[in-house]
Amino acid sequence: MIGKRMGIGTIRFERPPRVRAWAAVGGKKEKQGPLGQEFDQLFPDTMCGESTWEKAEMYLQKVAASIAANKCKLPIGALDLIVAGDLLGQCVASSYAARGTQVPYLGVYGACSTMAESLGIAACMIDGGFAQRTCAIASSHFCTAERQYRFPLAYGGQRTPTAQWTATAAGACILTAAADDRAPVRITHVCFGKICDMGITDANNMGAAMAPAAYETIRTLLSDTGTHPEDYDGIFTGDLGRVGSAVLCELFEQHGIQLAQKHDDCGMLLFDDKQDVHAGGSGCGCAASVLCAHLLPRLSDGRYSRIILAATGALMSPTSVQQGESIPGICHAVILESEKKR
Amino acid sequence: MDMTPQNYQQLVEKHCKPSPIGKDMLWAFVIGGAICTLGQGILDFWKAAGLDEKDAAAATSITLIGLSALLTGLHVYEKLAKYAGAGTLVPITGFSNSVASPALEFKSEGFILGTGAKMFTIAGPVIVYGISASIVYGIILVIFGLA
Amino acid sequence: MQYIYAFVTGGVICALSQLLIDKTKLTPARILTAYVVLGVILTAVGIYKPLVDWAGAGATVPLLGFGYTLAEGVKTAVSESGLLGAFVGGAKAAAGGISAAVFFGLLAALLFKPADKS
Repeated sequence: MIGKRMGIGTIRFERPPRVRAWAAVGGKKEKQGPLGQEFDQLFPDTMCGESTWEKAEMYLQKVAASIAANKCKLPIGALDLIVAGDLLGQCVASSYAARGTQVPYLGVYGACSTMAESLGIAACMIDGGFAQRTCAIASSHFCTAERQYRFPLAYGGQRTPTAQWTATAAGACILTAAADDRAPVRITHVCFGKICDMGITDANNMGAAMAPAAYETIRTLLSDTGTHPEDYDGIFTGDLGRVGSAVLCELFEQHGIQLAQKHDDCGMLLFDDKQDVHAGGSGCGCAASVLCAHLLPRLSDGRYSRIILAATGALMSPTSVQQGESIPGICHAVILESEKKR
Repeated sequence: MDMTPQNYQQLVEKHCKPSPIGKDMLWAFVIGGAICTLGQGILDFWKAAGLDEKDAAAATSITLIGLSALLTGLHVYEKLAKYAGAGTLVPITGFSNSVASPALEFKSEGFILGTGAKMFTIAGPVIVYGISASIVYGIILVIFGLA
Repeated sequence: MQYIYAFVTGGVICALSQLLIDKTKLTPARILTAYVVLGVILTAVGIYKPLVDWAGAGATVPLLGFGYTLAEGVKTAVSESGLLGAFVGGAKAAAGGISAAVFFGLLAALLFKPADKS
């Protein structure tokens, strides 16, 4: 294979970019969830003192980015690039959050897979030598997502058992070059996924729509790198939820790979069963905040030495669903390693 | 993926938890029944207040719709609906909720293009097809001289 | 007694729609639309009127009753003014409900604030 590519579709960084600092912010339900203690900041009032839900989501992104920047004592203005995304039409939460920063900005859309997508692009920029310091951000807000994809909040609707709950959360990571020895985590590989559509049309069952993409990407990454699930401390999918996770593990089992022991799902880590979220959490903020609140701290202090984050997204729009189109799934994966030797 | 969409659908269905139909239906029965009983009470009240049959029926609808809009604004209706399902959807109060909730929700886009324009995003089809069906019925009555 | 009939009839209509929702994955908007049209049809073929007489609000409060109101309105109006009645009858009979929904909906938007679900 030429250059930095290996196998079918994996990028191997020559000088693995580092994750220097990170921050996770969340709302009320995230506070009540199992990871409540691990967030950097929580907003019990999910309007965050703003006048609209959309502004509240922009605010979440801004707070996440500024906490992360503060942790490494870096002004936001010192960044070379911000790569950010969210679920809103035209990515407005990200664009408006970046409005006042005076930093070059790339808005990305990968639905719930956005965090891995932005992390992957931000890392490529650094390894390529196009940037020294980049920031990857993703956010979602339950209320903005409901307004856009489903019903008004005050509408009396019932959720099906396979439906997932959009997280009100944001996560931000600041990436630096390989030479930065104060950064505790490195990104060694990225695998940008292909779109995978197995004909699922039920927008209330996104886990099922995304599981084949997760299978394809994780499988590609494992075979390209010649590794097995046992080589990792965990393989974390973006937010397949309960249904998608079960399907994913069965797909691997059918192909003779035992994934279940190493697999966990951000959507199931963020909320617990008692919180009435049905099949689990979802939204760009779900994988982003679980990465920044739960996974990166564990890599940082050496509890994990190597993990895969495989964030998944369902790339439909309300219009495409109404027109009867099936739901295309996507999954982007990154391998994260701890700098700490066990 | 070395799998057909049909096989994949089967695999997915194996892992999907079905809706708890018995529990859902019981809730719908009890809450739906209760709303209708409340409607009966309001109907009797308006009759006792001296309205004739037809006016009392209209007044009952208006009262229930007003109550439901109030409960929608107080964010009580959605909480009840989580359990009641069709029990809060099918009565006229559900129609009112489906009008009041977008009116309230899209206020952030302004009273004209938000509240005003989006008010019937959910309930619109009910009016469109209800009225059209009644006109078709009327035309049939005229053609066959049934009325 | 009337109250029991209303409770049981209303309850059964709602429980049957719940069964439809859970079994068929029809969206609520489709079910509501189907119910109103079905109400018009059942009234037109003469089934719904006896149910209303028996169950009272149990039959008029569910959306089937909205169809009933439309159909009865049209029937009366056609007998009074022919073809014109076909166009004005339904909306006229349902005017109270539709206007109330518009007005109270607007009022709710004026008086209350959107809130997150818990």
